[in-house]
Amino acid sequence: MFILIVGAGRVGSAVAKRALEAGHEVSVLDSDPLSHERLDKDQSTSWEDAGGRFTVGAALETDGLIEAGIEEADVFMAATRGDNTNLVIAQLAQRRFNVPRVVVRVADPARAAWYSEQGLLTICPTQQAIDQAEQVVLEA
Amino acid sequence: MYVIIAGAGKVGWNLARELIAKDREVTLIESDHRKYRIVEEELEHAVQYGDATELWVLERAGIQRADLVIAVTGDDEDNILICQVAKEKYGCERIVARVNNPRNLDHFKLLGVQPAVSATDLILRLIEHEVPEYGLIQLLALEEEHLEIIELEVGEGSRAAGNRVADVVLPDGSLIISVLRDGTGFVPKADSVIQAGDQVLLILDPGLEGDITPRFAPNGSDPGARA
Repeated sequence: MFILIVGAGRVGSAVAKRALEAGHEVSVLDSDPLSHERLDKDQSTSWEDAGGRFTVGAALETDGLIEAGIEEADVFMAATRGDNTNLVIAQLAQRRFNVPRVVVRVADPARAAWYSEQGLLTICPTQQAIDQAEQVVLEA
Repeated sequence: MYVIIAGAGKVGWNLARELIAKDREVTLIESDHRKYRIVEEELEHAVQYGDATELWVLERAGIQRADLVIAVTGDDEDNILICQVAKEKYGCERIVARVNNPRNLDHFKLLGVQPAVSATDLILRLIEHEVPEYGLIQLLALEEEHLEIIELEVGEGSRAAGNRVADVVLPDGSLIISVLRDGTGFVPKADSVIQAGDQVLLILDPGLEGDITPRFAPNGSDPGARA
């Protein structure tokens, strides 16, 4: 599978590394060149030597997305730190580039819920933290 | 009419001011606390503090009964999502979005956010109008209505030059609506004569430009004229 991840933060870079280890083709796009360090961290070889791709570009720029391989992607994951950026690029991936599987990280539970009703595959870390915390708190 | 404006920058603040002066009910939403404080001194209860991309902030502002939502923040993503949610979740039929980076215009269209207004594009069109470098200037595109207004210069020796409006052959779905000559404009009648050097405004169905332009092109640059 060819996986494109936008946003090399904690989540994006960790998922990218695992996907590469699992034998998939992985491309990462981030506007900050220094974010590349996260992809190399704790690895024996550099990200590129391990077979990964990295593109520097703004998430909303079509050229950068194409350079990073969005047209060939089987899976697209929007994992920048901005909910709004994630929601827009995820919809671009879905509607403009027809990526078969689009995953989007949304920190705001209300919008994660609504956009998931609209057919986006949303992951809401906040909701998961709330649910987990609730369980732990109520157990006490 | 109830209007919600997201973003109290120069555009949003002045829009709110103008609309309030016209007795419209307005709520302006600003997420920057410092800016909110400044605007609040003038607009008082008409401005609310919060991130307009969050649903509860829109609901607190009364989005369910808004007739018009205008998103003019400095972030295109925010403007797209505010309008998308206003339209698709809350059924607000009229939206206006500001495009900060003209390169993002396609994203607005793709996600159904129309009309999207780009100041850069507007200024560019004005420049083209003042300094006509190209034969054809698109003045206005009403995408929903499928109409465009364009401006063309009548070339020396073109097929249109020297003809009465009634005799200028144009494709169906297009019409000459105004003639600009020597700094003044007039609405031509059927027997008004089009002269070389005139600027003509046409209203047309999108896509007819290619058929229309050659008829106003200067002698020699129009392959159709020789045929």
